[in-house]
Amino acid sequence: MDEQQFLEYVQGGGQVEADDWMPEEYRARLIKFIEMHGNSELMGVLPEREWILRAPTLQRKLALTAKVQDEVGHSQLIYRVVEDLGKPRVQCLADLISGKSKFHNVFHYPTKTWGDVGVIAWLVDAAAIISQKALLKCSYAPYARIMKKICWEESFHILHGRDVILTMMNGTAEQRELVQEAVTRWWPPLMQFHGNPIPAEDDPVVRWRIKTQGNEEARQQFLDGYVPQIWELGLTVPDPKLRRRDDGVWEYTEPDWDELRSVVTGHGPRTAERLELRRASREETDWVRRVMLAEAA
Amino acid sequence: MIYEVFRQERKGVAFEHAGSVVAPDEGFARAYAHEQYGRRGESAALWVVPRDAVMEVEDFVDELNRNYHRVDGYSLKAKLAEARARAAAGDR
Repeated sequence: MDEQQFLEYVQGGGQVEADDWMPEEYRARLIKFIEMHGNSELMGVLPEREWILRAPTLQRKLALTAKVQDEVGHSQLIYRVVEDLGKPRVQCLADLISGKSKFHNVFHYPTKTWGDVGVIAWLVDAAAIISQKALLKCSYAPYARIMKKICWEESFHILHGRDVILTMMNGTAEQRELVQEAVTRWWPPLMQFHGNPIPAEDDPVVRWRIKTQGNEEARQQFLDGYVPQIWELGLTVPDPKLRRRDDGVWEYTEPDWDELRSVVTGHGPRTAERLELRRASREETDWVRRVMLAEAA
Repeated sequence: MIYEVFRQERKGVAFEHAGSVVAPDEGFARAYAHEQYGRRGESAALWVVPRDAVMEVEDFVDELNRNYHRVDGYSLKAKLAEARARAAAGDR
């Protein structure tokens, strides 16, 4: 099989296993894409972790802890896939900490209130699950297979987030205001989340069928699924242009792509602080890894 | 060391490949597999196998087109119609 035949094979829905031959470009794109996903799962727990000790009830504390465990578990599964493609996990972690590799924009922002925690679990996870469901059809089969488990666990996260939001919306005026403030704060990063509207046919990740949907398609699906759910609670979305046209397409104010670029290249409001936490915790736990490996040897 | 994990969703159904874990020894492999693939009770049982112990066989070329031992080697529709027609015509 040459590169052209391989391309036709994956574009026709064919799936590839770890030990199959693959073009170098395909392997490199897979590693970059999947590694960023793994990084995002790992960094994504930090904004929520900050609220475990401050969660309002024991039930919420336990649920949030379980969600954090899930997300860290996802990063472990995903880094395993990257390792089998040829990049060791220690290298992924080193590149993450040094800022060489990226993670999703939404995890570079602060979590100011409990309202933010609800909005993250509900809307950020909703946006993420749209991308992740499209990965179930990824041309790289080992990645597609672990996505099944990941999507299954994400559906619990969305419910948990929605439950947090509904509880607050049924509460005091102050609680309702916290939710509105959080939606207002998170809207711009949510609109940037699926990336710039590059046509699917120009997106190399789509060409190799690593992703099976374009960025704008994912964003439209998010708007269609979740804006009505936001509105029905009496919440306002901070975009005066947002509306669903008669043909079903959502119109919105152009997201700030410069902000997205700046944030994912390491200049977000919490980027440095969170990477420093990762670095410090890796250093602190180094002896555990050394003891474990020494005992096994 | 890499261990492949196979999970059985409920008693009686086939084990299916779920993913893999890296562990320094069998004890950790068991613990990691248990946490990753069963902590919500989503599995009835797991098989955790060192990757090197899995033998792969994938050479299934049918050079002689031996369709006589497969269902696609038998097309009965036309023959059955003909046989029925002859039976109806009283042909013995």
